[in-house]
Amino acid sequence: MRFAVIQFGGSNCDRDAQYVVSDICGVDCDLVWYKDRLSRPYDAVILPGGFSYGDYLRAGAIAARTPVMKEVTAHAEEGGLVLGICNGAQILAESGLVPGVFTINAYPKFICRSVHLRVETTDSPFTSLYKSGDVLHIPIAHKEGRYVIPADQLSALNERGQIAFRFCDESGNLTPDSNPNGALEHITGVLNKNRNVLAMMPHPERASEEVLSSDDGKKIFLSMISHIEHAKGVTC
Amino acid sequence: MIFLAKITIGLKEGMLDPEALAIRHALGNLGFATEELRTKKLFLVRFDAADAREAEEKAKGMCERLLANPVIHHFEVEVHR
Repeated sequence: MRFAVIQFGGSNCDRDAQYVVSDICGVDCDLVWYKDRLSRPYDAVILPGGFSYGDYLRAGAIAARTPVMKEVTAHAEEGGLVLGICNGAQILAESGLVPGVFTINAYPKFICRSVHLRVETTDSPFTSLYKSGDVLHIPIAHKEGRYVIPADQLSALNERGQIAFRFCDESGNLTPDSNPNGALEHITGVLNKNRNVLAMMPHPERASEEVLSSDDGKKIFLSMISHIEHAKGVTC
Repeated sequence: MIFLAKITIGLKEGMLDPEALAIRHALGNLGFATEELRTKKLFLVRFDAADAREAEEKAKGMCERLLANPVIHHFEVEVHR
């Protein structure tokens, strides 16, 4: 099993993501410079946080149009896992790999603090080890993270259970005070239709060890690993 | 033939524009009462095209593929020689 973390100019959470996959979870993980492209098959691709291309035009817009993203799209179309964290989530939305867009926060400033998320579905390769309704304590760090999607697409998203996470209070309630960026229906984690691509604004790689005050994010990576192991077992 | 495209990208009607709200608030602090304020981005792009029609098509293509995000934006294109 092998993961890839793609580095764009301006990525800055790439090594954190690699560290969690390789050192915490014990799975091989390559750092791949975007110009080097995906030169071998990977079981999972992570698009890390950061400020690719200085967030010029719109956060994630330039990175989403780089040639390596065609390969990431092909990887996703073949059923490979793709996790986009923060800037990676913005890149996935800009690429059309997940629906909607992450745009400027309702109160337009950079927010960096720990928040609570509610697990909305366990029916995905990223959330299978959680229990539905689990409340996670995970940091956010963004200025362009308010999720927006047209109303007709929102209802389809809800019906198909494509919402992975919503901002909530520490008891799991959706209150106005527990929606830090003003996201539509508190949404901050979205799956694609096939459920093998997840875009999320919070940073699970910053909450994967007790020493960092929370390891609530670790199960996202462990869920992915478990899914891949199971898939390999079935096909062998 | 070289054309100049003036491309204006704005938020769709009803979309929250937090920057505009903050700017409007600051104008209020300076004593400028305003009824409405919207922000838009203007791109001036010079490029080669066979005629005005092709220039407009190219400019629209730039909007659809990169400059605008169709989920939240609309765009206007003007081309000039």
